[in-house]
Formats: sequence, structure tokens, C-alpha cells
Amino acid sequence: MKRSHTHENFTMDSVPSTYYQFLEISVRELLIEKGLLSAEEIRKTVKEMDSRGPERGAQVVARAWVDLNYKQLLLQNASYAVKELGIDIGPLQLMVVENTPKVHNLIVCTLCSCYPRSLLGLPPDWYKSREYRSRAVREPRAVLREFGTNLPAEMEVRVHDSTADLRYLVLPLRPEGTQHLTEDELAALVKRDSMIGITTVEFY
Amino acid sequence: MTPVFQPGDAVRVLKGSPPGHIRTPFYVRGCEGIVERFVGKYQNPEEMAFGRFDAPIVPLYRIRFKQQDVWPDYRGNPQDTIEVEIYEFWLEPTNL
Repeated sequence: MKRSHTHENFTMDSVPSTYYQFLEISVRELLIEKGLLSAEEIRKTVKEMDSRGPERGAQVVARAWVDLNYKQLLLQNASYAVKELGIDIGPLQLMVVENTPKVHNLIVCTLCSCYPRSLLGLPPDWYKSREYRSRAVREPRAVLREFGTNLPAEMEVRVHDSTADLRYLVLPLRPEGTQHLTEDELAALVKRDSMIGITTVEFY
Repeated sequence: MTPVFQPGDAVRVLKGSPPGHIRTPFYVRGCEGIVERFVGKYQNPEEMAFGRFDAPIVPLYRIRFKQQDVWPDYRGNPQDTIEVEIYEFWLEPTNL
């Protein structure tokens, strides 16, 4: 039986059950009631967040692969470098960490689930899980293996815990045999998980 | 507030367990590491969380720890590292 209620954003045929769901609805309705936000603005923002994918992150990676000067800028001042490509990341303080033949980087947020959403879209569920958040810092190599990423023992694994004001993006290693590819073709190779650092970029 | 530490400085994370919205993870408290870089000044989020929007601006660093120093039974390359953002008031120089 369809339940009728006034929450426009509540599209599923269910009722809120947790404390935080009630809290979200209460705060949202108060903001609307006080005229600070409109329901339409909230709907538009949610829609935009839902439609975002990792394409912008991939675009940044591909540019860094083909343009050495751009890569230097990206590693020194990522927020500025990303805006140079016309990508709006708002007030986000971004840091890009580079994978090399000697160092592999992995991103996690142990305290919550901080993630560069403006570049990668919504985080995958596993990124937000308690298991990933606790194990990625404790036994990163085991977690990487479970995602099919087997790194040489002599390679350094460097985990970045996104605990405060920065957000992180991994610049993966450009795979061999890709010299002939265009920037767009390179961007198509770069998947979300490789920019979190849980996988590498493959080219067959 | 000028940053006190420079990249390469050896530091120790304080051991306290204050209540509240603390951004320093438990697992690095008391650990020694190296300042990787200074990343800017931010309003103290531990104060902001309680609505104190005039919270002081504090320096933030990225601190690099050896995994072995964080987890004594760490399995993996002894060179493996972990980097965590830590506010200056959570750090002390190790030569004290």
C-alpha cells in the first residue's frame, strides 16, 4: 500500500527508521521552512551529485600523463591545476599523490568517508564500509590483494588517511604500450578504483 | 600563527584522549613520524564542531609514519608508510 507523506525527496516506498534519517529530514525541512534553501535547490543538488562519475578525475590523470609541466603543477598545487582544466571543485583542498615504479599510494578515510566527490562522483559502498576503513591502514597489502592488486614486495605501499581538511586523488602509473593513445583514449583507461589506489591502470 | 615545524622534522603525536570531535586518529597517538609537508592553516575543526565559529586558525601538516612504528606486528615491506593530516597542537618535537 502506498504511503502518503510530504517529503518530496523521499521517493522510496518506505519510512525513515534510523535516528540519522529522522535527523536529516528534520534539518532539511527546517532549512526550507526558514527560507535558507528551497526544496528545488536541494533536489537539483542531489541530482547533480548522483549524475557525477569519475570522468573528471580521469581527465586530470590523462592530462598529467601527456603533459609533464601540467603534472608538476598538479603535484604541487592540485586545486589550482584542476581549475586550469575548467573543472569546478569549489573550495575543495585537493592533493594528488603520484604512483611511481617504487611507490604505490592508497587512499582511505578512517574517521568517516572523505572522498573527492567533485572529481570521482559518489564513493563506492566499500569505501565507506567499516571494514575497508579499518583494514586499509592496518593491512593495506592484504586489502589490495583482495581487489586483485598484487604489488611487488619491494614496492613501498603508502597509505593516506584523509582525516582533516584535504581530499586525495591518486595519479596512477601510466601503463606501458600506451604511447600511441590520444589524451581522450588514455582518460578512458582510467577507472575510479585506480584513482583511489586500490587498483592500477591496465592496458592490453 | 607561523608553522613551527619544517618538512623533515621528527615529531611525536600527543597521547591524549580528549572527548569531542577529534580529528587525530587513535592509532597514531603517541607515534613518532616525520613532517612530510605543511599544508596550510585551518580553523580548528575540533572547536568548530561545537559551533565555535571564531575557533582559532591552526597549522596543519601531513605526517609520515613507518607502518612498523604504528603497528608493531605489521606484515609487509618495512619501508611501507602511512601519512595522516595532524594539526600542530597535537604534535611535539621528539628531541624534547
